[in-house]
Amino acid sequence: MNTDARSLVRAGLWDNNAVFGQMLSLCPTMALTTSATNGFGMGMATLAVLTVSNLLVATLRGVITAEVRIPAYVLIIATVVTVVDLSINAWMHELYKVLGLFLPLIVVNCLILGRAESFASKVSVWPALVDGLAMGVGFTLALTVIGAVREVIGSGTLFADASLLFGRAFEVIELTLFSDYPGTLMAILPPGGFLAVGFLLAGKRLIDGRLQSPESAPAAAPACHSV
Amino acid sequence: MSGWLSSLRNTGVHALVLGGFSMAAAALLAGTNLLTADEIRQREAEDLQASLGQVIPASLHDQSLLANMLSIRDGAGTDVNVYRAVKEGAVSAVAFEVAERGYAGEIRLILGIGRDGRILGVRTVRHNETPGLGDKIEAAKNDWITRFNGLSLDDPPEDQWKVKKDGGRFDQFSGATITPRAVVAAIRKGLLFFGAHQERMLAPMPTETRP
Repeated sequence: MNTDARSLVRAGLWDNNAVFGQMLSLCPTMALTTSATNGFGMGMATLAVLTVSNLLVATLRGVITAEVRIPAYVLIIATVVTVVDLSINAWMHELYKVLGLFLPLIVVNCLILGRAESFASKVSVWPALVDGLAMGVGFTLALTVIGAVREVIGSGTLFADASLLFGRAFEVIELTLFSDYPGTLMAILPPGGFLAVGFLLAGKRLIDGRLQSPESAPAAAPACHSV
Repeated sequence: MSGWLSSLRNTGVHALVLGGFSMAAAALLAGTNLLTADEIRQREAEDLQASLGQVIPASLHDQSLLANMLSIRDGAGTDVNVYRAVKEGAVSAVAFEVAERGYAGEIRLILGIGRDGRILGVRTVRHNETPGLGDKIEAAKNDWITRFNGLSLDDPPEDQWKVKKDGGRFDQFSGATITPRAVVAAIRKGLLFFGAHQERMLAPMPTETRP
């Protein structure tokens, strides 16, 4: 297993990206990417949980016996999620009003259990930390991009309500791209989520294919990434 | 002797590991709860105060809207928290939550009613309706919800408290009938609840209210 920071970051952000590489966590992806702001918020919450859970699993990997590892991981993840949930409710209440319903669902986000089982439990603390951060940032970027595509097509805005989430200073990034836009309902509804993910995934595969064989461009089908 | 004994010992080790984890998790959660409970309660009180403030004008009360809460059991047997706006010792208005099943789950509204039984304001507190169709019941997205202001159970008459499609007075939105139907039904239910309990709700406050 490759554990140097460079390849971990590359894997998390692009090659083995949670959504576009591993095709994991599609449920929160569909539910929370109706706007770029919501996608970003959910991504950040997942990033926090994933990093802490990776850290704990790697630190405790000597103590957790193989037979009880899955319940132990689930317990760790559920605890971290609850701590994050309570903290956001108490200290970032505006964010909580947007994400509140979805935060507890991070417990069953297969990305987090997947990283604990397939990576963090086999490596030392440092690579686990880097992997958690890289995977989390990659997930956040994926959700923000999908959210941006759906929001622009669906409502004609970009980063609407960002100031509710991050404070008044962020009003400058709230864009209305087309005024008087009637809206495309389908982009906001779940089918729009599947379409957006599908087109973005196709785009990524296309780029991957170009990168792999620059001279004979689309000939080689890009390999399916797995852990 | 060894077979079952060693497997018993193994099981014991696993149990200890899981038990230890559970205890550590419980301690961590209890600690976090202790740290955040006050803060969360305060944030929730602020939220409630803000939504009450939207349906009861500030000119109608000189005490905190949260200070004079009354719990009244409705027809279905659930306790409803009725918040009373008190000005110069008299109840000038009340506000409480009403709920009705919408297109996707429960729609919760907060309803402010004046002494005379007329609606001061309605706001959607929580809903799960389709974005772009049913979410026009949010005041931030559409002014539809404000057209109930000033109405009462006699104006329009009770049997007119329906959407137009069902022979009533209220507009539905294009493409969404179930959501406005639920909202109208919830408000009507709230007005009936007010009618049934208004004596208790509007009873004069005890002359000496100690803080």
